[in-house]
Amino acid sequence: MRVAVIVFPGSNCDRDAADAILQVTGRWPKMVWHREAELNNIDLVVLPGGFAYGDYLRPGAIAAQSPIMQQVLKHARDGGYVLGICNGFQVLTEIGLLPGVLMPNSGMKFVCKPVKLKVENCDTSFTKGYKNKASINIPIAHHDGNYLVQDDELSQLEDNGQVAFRYETNPNGSVNDIAGIINSQGNVLGMMPHPERAMGKTDENKDGEILFKSLMEALQ
Amino acid sequence: MKAIVKVQLKSGVLDPQGRAITGALQALGYEEVIDVRQGKIIELDLQGTDHALAKQRVSAMCGELLANTVIEQFSVDIID
Repeated sequence: MRVAVIVFPGSNCDRDAADAILQVTGRWPKMVWHREAELNNIDLVVLPGGFAYGDYLRPGAIAAQSPIMQQVLKHARDGGYVLGICNGFQVLTEIGLLPGVLMPNSGMKFVCKPVKLKVENCDTSFTKGYKNKASINIPIAHHDGNYLVQDDELSQLEDNGQVAFRYETNPNGSVNDIAGIINSQGNVLGMMPHPERAMGKTDENKDGEILFKSLMEALQ
Repeated sequence: MKAIVKVQLKSGVLDPQGRAITGALQALGYEEVIDVRQGKIIELDLQGTDHALAKQRVSAMCGELLANTVIEQFSVDIID
């Protein structure tokens, strides 16, 4: 599995993501600076968490205009896998690879804590290692995770099984408790929780590793 | 000339910051405040003198970058 982690000015989970990839694949991924204009021979692009461009204008808005994002768009449209975590999810909505928008948390506070998620659809390349409707522990750390999407698009997400993860207890006001969604083609996942922080490194929790392992199996 | 762009959450979209400001104003004794909607003003310095063209192009900028039209509405005023 050839993986690229995109690095924006203000990314701060890029090395965590790379470390998760290393743990699962045995290889350090290619770290791609946002100004680069080429993305060759890559199976999976990871858009990491952080605060690209200081969240200026709106989270992900300026990052979505970076030169490399045109290549990420092309990669996704050609069927390549894209995983957007936290700020990466915000970038994916801003560039239109996923519908909706991540608004400020309804409680107006940055929320950093482990949360329980329900795996809503384990029939995707990202989630097939989970048991259906499994309850998993993945940490969140965000100020703008309050997912909102137009009613017709929400029905579409729900009807097509595109809601990958749902919060068991809603921490941010997200519509329908949505924590992560997948595109209709099944190759782009955006999620606010951080699977790269649940790799069994600091505690026993390896619930995040299952996601990366699922992807690796899908790509072999 | 200048363009003054106002970007605000659409009505019906929950505005947590506006709600917090409402609470703070009421706590200060301004009990007449029922609701607050906040937003941002973006001021652009522009080349040229054609107001109609400027309005058209700045509106395009809003659609592409300055506003997220899923949740935000915008208005554009061109001034000398």
